[in-house]
Amino acid sequence: MTDSVLWQALLLVLDPYVLWVILGSAMFGLFVGAVPGLTATMATALLVPVTFFMPPVPAIASIVTATAMAIFAGDIPSCFLRMPGTPASAAYTDEAYAMTKKGQGEVALGAGLVFSVIGGLFGTAVLIVAAPALAEIALKFSSFEYFWLVMLGLLSAVFLALGNPLKGVVSLLLGLLVSAVGLDNPAGFPRFTFGNAELAGGLTLIPIMIGMFAVSEILRSVAAIDQPWEMAQAQIGNVFRGMWTLTKRYPLQILRGSALGTAIGALPGAGADIAAWMSYAMSKKFSREREKFGTGHVEGIIEAGASNNSALAGAWIPALVFGIPGDSITAIVIGVLYIKGLNPGPTIFMNNAVSLYAIFIVFILANLLMLPLGIAAIKSAKQMLRAPRELLLPVILLFCIVGSFAINNTVFGVLLMLGFGVLGYLMEENGFPVAPAILGMVLGAMLEENFISSMIKADGSVVAFLERPIAGGLGALTLAVLSVPLVRALMRPGSFPGK
Amino acid sequence: MPGQKFGPAWFPGLIAAGLVLCGALLVVQGLRRTARAQPWIALPAWIRKPRPLASVAAVLGGLLFYVLAADRLGFHLTGVLLLTVWARLLGATWRMSAAVALIATFAIHLSFYKLLRIPLPWGIFERFAF
Repeated sequence: MTDSVLWQALLLVLDPYVLWVILGSAMFGLFVGAVPGLTATMATALLVPVTFFMPPVPAIASIVTATAMAIFAGDIPSCFLRMPGTPASAAYTDEAYAMTKKGQGEVALGAGLVFSVIGGLFGTAVLIVAAPALAEIALKFSSFEYFWLVMLGLLSAVFLALGNPLKGVVSLLLGLLVSAVGLDNPAGFPRFTFGNAELAGGLTLIPIMIGMFAVSEILRSVAAIDQPWEMAQAQIGNVFRGMWTLTKRYPLQILRGSALGTAIGALPGAGADIAAWMSYAMSKKFSREREKFGTGHVEGIIEAGASNNSALAGAWIPALVFGIPGDSITAIVIGVLYIKGLNPGPTIFMNNAVSLYAIFIVFILANLLMLPLGIAAIKSAKQMLRAPRELLLPVILLFCIVGSFAINNTVFGVLLMLGFGVLGYLMEENGFPVAPAILGMVLGAMLEENFISSMIKADGSVVAFLERPIAGGLGALTLAVLSVPLVRALMRPGSFPGK
Repeated sequence: MPGQKFGPAWFPGLIAAGLVLCGALLVVQGLRRTARAQPWIALPAWIRKPRPLASVAAVLGGLLFYVLAADRLGFHLTGVLLLTVWARLLGATWRMSAAVALIATFAIHLSFYKLLRIPLPWGIFERFAF
């Protein structure tokens, strides 16, 4: 039976139309990733309006491919410009640039490419094995378990974000507040609508995401328009030279980066960028040549490069099984899944097995395709990085407008995009992470629904939230996660004003 | 809601309580961390540089203009206008800006309006619609 499902899935993917979509998205992703200021999340947000008009498998395939390519391509400008192409490469940008300065740009780019592919394939393997297994368990979940699961996801988004966790909580609450707008709540009662028909339907997420991830990023680029990009010279020959030696020399690092990346990706709210930071730090901590880090040493690039691509696949695990996004990209993807009738949740493995296996195959294909296309991207890096920003940014902005408009065909979407673009910019500039807000918007309805129906079932008793075994375990875990920063604050000397 | 203990006000109420609490904690944190007085608002460096300031203003103003004018002027005219102004302000020549504006708007017309059938508004140019 599984054989025939797999065969059908393979046929779905090998359709020439799907293959063309994959190739086109791959080139789009490589370009977006390679140009600083354009991110993988932005690529996803801009792809959504286009995917509306595609069948489910090519729609998802285009996002999977574009993001995988973009996360790798983010390494390219690190080597040439000392600027990360996407935030996921920021952790080792200085290292990669230092390597270019030492004349080892070829090795840095090669390592970025090869170990991105390995990390991506590792994450995909975990996704394929773990997702169905988790779904088996998730079938038995009731509103109590889902409530704790969502809570845990929201909390991990706050505490994994870089910077002040308190600001993360504020960001999360703002996101939840946005999700409360409209009629779509358990009571069907209009909230925060001010009698406005546009608001009664709730705030549409795609224009908000285009605003927060694309418009805010464009504002940042535009504000820095007077700073020219200075290109470092590098001779790029055969990027695969020496990669086998590196693989033999750093097998543990590759494995550790891939595993940590997948895990961070699977934790809600933290994606490829945080995975790369943590893996780079881990690599440095356990390295035998710690003093070489920062001077153009390839070890950290290998571990973090594998990590950010594996995080991408890991993020799909909770997204598919629970409908809880693992990162900002899957936060957008979940909306697309619903539109395409591939409702995420444990039953997706029964109802849509063929489409799901097709998505898995696309993951493998996209990572393999990264090798030849990645080389092409590295070779044409100089041309891509010379793309005129003064023309590129306005055109992307017009795409944003059309994309926000296309969701509901009203100009209100454009207004939402503008408002949340400015909000996103101000938040990031002041140290408020955006990812928890996005997670709050996506999960707000789910949190409220499960909270209210649990409260009604329990008749207001909080104890009932912990009575079922899995719910109790998840609840305990949530409280443990919550207490970590409290304990840390208490342990820190001088944290009391009196002392 | 009559007859229901947990109504629609519960969830926003909890959010509001959380925001108040976090706001208070942030204030305390801010007071404790900074020994010397800080300004209430710090402006970013680009705001004092004419070109970045004009560019940011043009992006925000342009988007607002689109929201207000697109239904009347139509997507195509507004698009070409905005692209020209944006590209020119960001540093392209007039000729380049206008050329890219025309090509990009036409490309979006072909891909989104023709191919994906998104009803981009024509506004006053309704009778020239193609």
